[in-house]
Amino acid sequence: MLTFPIYLDNNATTPLDPRVLEAMMPYFTGKFGNAASRNHAFGWHAEEAVDYAREQIASLINCSPKEIIFTSGATESDNLAIKGVFEMYASKGNHIITATTEHKAVLDTCKHIEKIGGKVTYLPVNAEGLIDLKQLEEAITDKTILISIMYGNNEVGVIQPIREISAIAKKHGVLFFTDATQAVGKIPVDVEADGIDLMAFSGHKMYGPKGVGALYVRRKNPRVKVTAQMDGGGHERGMRSGTLNVPGIVGLGKACEIAKQDMEKDTARLSAMRDRLEKELLTIEESYVNGSREHRLPHVTNISFKYVEGEGLMMGVKDIAVSSGSACTSASLEPSYVLKALGLSDDLAHSSLRFGLSRFTTDEEIDYAINHTKEAVAKLREMSPLWEMFKEGIDLNSIEWAEH
Amino acid sequence: MAYSDKVIDHYNNPRNVGTLDKAKNSVGTGLVGAPECGDVMRLQIEVDENQIITDAKFKTFGCGSAIASSSLATEWLKGKSVDEALAIDNMDIVEELALPPVKIHCSVLAEDAIKSAINDYRVKNGLPALEMPKSHH
Repeated sequence: MLTFPIYLDNNATTPLDPRVLEAMMPYFTGKFGNAASRNHAFGWHAEEAVDYAREQIASLINCSPKEIIFTSGATESDNLAIKGVFEMYASKGNHIITATTEHKAVLDTCKHIEKIGGKVTYLPVNAEGLIDLKQLEEAITDKTILISIMYGNNEVGVIQPIREISAIAKKHGVLFFTDATQAVGKIPVDVEADGIDLMAFSGHKMYGPKGVGALYVRRKNPRVKVTAQMDGGGHERGMRSGTLNVPGIVGLGKACEIAKQDMEKDTARLSAMRDRLEKELLTIEESYVNGSREHRLPHVTNISFKYVEGEGLMMGVKDIAVSSGSACTSASLEPSYVLKALGLSDDLAHSSLRFGLSRFTTDEEIDYAINHTKEAVAKLREMSPLWEMFKEGIDLNSIEWAEH
Repeated sequence: MAYSDKVIDHYNNPRNVGTLDKAKNSVGTGLVGAPECGDVMRLQIEVDENQIITDAKFKTFGCGSAIASSSLATEWLKGKSVDEALAIDNMDIVEELALPPVKIHCSVLAEDAIKSAINDYRVKNGLPALEMPKSHH
């Protein structure tokens, strides 16, 4: 039985796994204590739950439980990592290297760093969405303190060469931070094997709750520290003050435990469904996958349907919740900066849809998405003057379009 | 952002999608917008000897509001004189379709398309082109 609308926007957020909700419930009511209360059982229970969650998380990403700093989510973790390193290592340098396809939480934090006297290099990506390792190494100066490159991209799912990046960082004595929000819980992420010094991730992208995330901060080889960005009670080894969100943390822990246990099974299922969706949609004339298909998260595909505008297309597939690289609703009318960074022309970027699958996506839902996307593209192309011109063999670049 | 019922109706049942023979002197064609901006409208009118618009067709690459704006424009154009058509203001479209502020540019584009089609018709028939309004898009 299909229930509408069908949710295929799991890179935006995922539904909470019922097993996670069950684990969280007692911590809203009976076990409501403050994990920092050292003098009674309410506090002890809460602290115990938080410590257990730390172990569940540590076990998923192969670190020590002491290396987990709880935050409100990946945006806060990104801010804490970048601003925190910038302040803590100010005596060493002021240069940060990142990439143009990073999430806004990283890019806007880097813009802030530039305003307060830092220098930031924004590496371009190739058509696949990958950074160039040689360019990365050449960008390093004696003032470089941090390389911030995301693990898996939120729009196209492209996975960066994390191990090669960390090797370059290590060789030059530079810290390596990765925003792994889309990767943790979806693919094997191992901070030791991957050589990661700091890593941001969040609960709600892996079937956990919203409002909770974490920053992994390495304690050995090297011992990394970040300057706290909020003053207060000195929680989380002084790096992040604020009463711990115990139910959220329990949920994040449980989500990590389930992710570890189900990852192999989930990945096999998700990538098979994604591949089928993609293969079927690519039978549509003039449709193209954006970004690397080889180095990619298993549950996402981003496809441009040429001569059809993305927002109009989303309206045509209104029973399916997806997102588009078209930004017709924003005041700027600028399409996705990620797709543009991959070298897509504005019109192709406007024509894209992102499908993000989840553990709860069914084959039936994929069938529906395939059929309705095909129908909507066909209908909109019938209505598209660009499609008509293309069919008549008119080169759209030969037309002088009105300046806007 | 939710679409108004009228936008949804025009999107689901677009009026007058199609193509008129642009080689005919009685047909005026307006092609406005740009693919990079995410919307392109092509609006065509057929005008009889009494300066009455007897047919109107459109094709639009764009969001639901752009499709609805052009569909509505063709509906309004049919039966109007060329002079009456020139009087159609983008704000009339905004009002009829209840477009939110971020979608006003769709109505502006539709107005531009009407004027551009009329101009094409005028030029074809030896009349001077009218000055186009500045598109504030």
